[in-house]
Amino acid sequence: MAQDAPRFHVPAPHARPGDTPDFSHIEIQPAGEAKRPDVDVPGMETRDLALGLIGVLDHNHQAVGEWDPKLDAEVLREGLKHMMLTRAYDDRMLKLQRQGKMSFYMKSTGEEAIAVAGAMALDKGDMVFPSYRQQGMLFARGRDIVDMMCHCISNSRDNLKGRQLPVHYTWAEGNFFSISGNLATQFPQAVGYAMACRYRGEDQIAASWIGEGSTAEGDFHGALVLASTYKAPVLLNVVNNQWAISTFQGIAAGDAPTFAAKGLGYGLASLRIDGNDFLAVYAATQWAAERARKGHGATVIESFTYRADAHSTSDDPSGYRPKGEGEAWPLGDPIARLKNHLIGLGEWDEERHVALEKELNELVIKSYKEAESHGTLHDGPLSPVESIFEDVYAEQDWRLRRQRQDLGV
Amino acid sequence: MAKMNMIQSLNSALDVMMERDPDVVSFGEDAGYFGGVFRVTANLQKKYGLDRSFDAPINEAAIVAMAIGMAAKGLKPVAEIQFADYIFPGLDQIVSELSRIRYRTAGQFTVPAVIRTPCGGGIRGGQTHSMSPEAFFTHIPGVQVVMPSNPYDAKGLLIAAIESPDPVIFFEPKRLYNGPFEGHSGGALASWGNHPKGEVPEGHYSLPIGKAEVVREGKDVTIVAYGTLVLVAQAAAERAGIDAEVIDLKTLAPYDIETIARSVKKTGRCIVSQEAPRTSGFAAELAAQIQEECFYALEAPIQRVTGWDTPYPHAHEWSYFPGPERFINAMNAVLEA
Ligand SMILES: Cc1ncc(C[n+]2csc(CCOP(=O)(O)OP(=O)(O)O)c2C)c(N)n1
Ligand SMILES: [Mg+2]
Repeated sequence: MAQDAPRFHVPAPHARPGDTPDFSHIEIQPAGEAKRPDVDVPGMETRDLALGLIGVLDHNHQAVGEWDPKLDAEVLREGLKHMMLTRAYDDRMLKLQRQGKMSFYMKSTGEEAIAVAGAMALDKGDMVFPSYRQQGMLFARGRDIVDMMCHCISNSRDNLKGRQLPVHYTWAEGNFFSISGNLATQFPQAVGYAMACRYRGEDQIAASWIGEGSTAEGDFHGALVLASTYKAPVLLNVVNNQWAISTFQGIAAGDAPTFAAKGLGYGLASLRIDGNDFLAVYAATQWAAERARKGHGATVIESFTYRADAHSTSDDPSGYRPKGEGEAWPLGDPIARLKNHLIGLGEWDEERHVALEKELNELVIKSYKEAESHGTLHDGPLSPVESIFEDVYAEQDWRLRRQRQDLGV
Repeated sequence: MAKMNMIQSLNSALDVMMERDPDVVSFGEDAGYFGGVFRVTANLQKKYGLDRSFDAPINEAAIVAMAIGMAAKGLKPVAEIQFADYIFPGLDQIVSELSRIRYRTAGQFTVPAVIRTPCGGGIRGGQTHSMSPEAFFTHIPGVQVVMPSNPYDAKGLLIAAIESPDPVIFFEPKRLYNGPFEGHSGGALASWGNHPKGEVPEGHYSLPIGKAEVVREGKDVTIVAYGTLVLVAQAAAERAGIDAEVIDLKTLAPYDIETIARSVKKTGRCIVSQEAPRTSGFAAELAAQIQEECFYALEAPIQRVTGWDTPYPHAHEWSYFPGPERFINAMNAVLEA
């Protein structure tokens, strides 16, 4: 029978279904307050930054403090557009999944700034090892939307030949490494890649993204120890969106004050940033990339954000978190915040915003029509059946050749 | 008796055991408050408390190790690995630790933990939600490996696993969670509601680990199967009108060679099957042992029906899955030989 009190500690979130969403326990360092050290600062001297919160956009949507990356309005508008496109794309793909057009989908709603600003602040040549919630990077790096959709509906033009679940993109041309379905595995791989960039004497660096829940995996810690030991030119990003499917962040954090603080244990430069603040993400990424390129080693960046939608199309969050929690999130919405900032600068207005939204929605709809002309998962055409035997090895050995014959293709 | 699907019967097994034995605890990723992504541990936290059914951090190695530590202290941990495809970070803890504690301590310590995990394809899960990695585990001396094919067996075997003095890797074919499956990709989902093995006693009962069952009697060919393929093999025999005897293995380690040999000696022909890739799969072990025991009764080479030596594809899942057609081809091959 149930004990009155658990005999060992099991952390629980502040609110569950039926409760009023409550984020009052979250301490938010005001935007503009955090100091910006030089990029060669010893890792341990970033302690305050790992425990605080770097923000640039304040309550009035103004850019404040030392971390302001002072970007041109043109760059800001570009970022806004990529984020809006990411959202329009996600919304549309969800609907299409519900109509049975694809087997599965994962949205990144509320987390667009992390992917888009992260990609924009890196060089296009830098290799990224993303998780499944950074589709915004593909837009920022200019991937063709039709190609992205063809992958998601697993049709004849899917560059992954129907082998991967939707959203598990690969785009070598855009320096976008594969996405593994197995959590955390690519975090230490990014470190190895970064070390190889040094080995080659190239300026290229690597960056990886991992969910806060996945930081519990051994591979997360493996990446940090490698990065610290070899001072690898790599950015190790933790996307703390508060939830890992149904599990709140406290199950992975334990008593650690922040996820960035875990980097300090390895002596790594560690920053905790407002992940819904486009400028903060941009500035922190830029800082860490410069640090890496100049040979001062790796940075752990925790982006503090909120997963505004379900984990995936297989998930229904109403079973584990209160309705309206997303709206109660104290750091707002990344798109609205950048939009308001641009409006405050006199560089944007409602009318243009609505027009752009419309344009992007139309682009997504038009792109899908084109994607579908290359086939759908259910009605085909798909990649040729015999392609399932390709790429297992460079050459097919007798086993695969015989199995292909057995299948009659 | 109640009608249950496999999710409900597994949940019932956990409920029955947690009620009877205060040392039984259940944990895993999303397995506490929410009750698991497949809902197998639903309501256990509410009923038995936070420290008996709880969420674990996403670290499969730590989850297995935690089970080992708890079992060493005398608890009966039932750990859930969310998908069998994600068990590999925990493999070292299973290979080097869980399986060997009894042996290397000469019996001074034992760690009878149960590791439950959904396996198998047929749900469009792609390469990371479809694997059948049982052969990795049957290769480890010291762990028992179980894979039921229906709600009734699932409950009885999970209870037996929890009560067993040795560790058990308990595979749950997720394609069968909600209903029986005959291997055709399209069509409506069947229900366990009108299947005899969907009748499940509400209380305690157990089925012996290591015991197979002849689920379809026949005299022309023996098909050895486990998990999802038990139903596929039966359907294939039905469809082809072949008098095949189908054996549901249920336990892979230790497997029931007696039941298999008795059948093969009767039919003189044998097909072994697995959903996993072909090379070094569990079917290979079965074929080797069957020829040792039944060589002189065999009238044709043993055939294997398996997945291909590729990762599990997503779009072409049904070209990978060893469906009824491949069983029928194999039956025809052994019957013609
Ligand atoms: C090794 C491994 N274990 C478990 C899973 C199942 N799984 C998929 S996503 C997920 C939650 C991840 O949460 P988080 O790391 O916070 O990322 P988020 O989904 O919030 O972006 C889990 C447990 C997996 N894919 N891989
Ligand atoms: Mg998360």
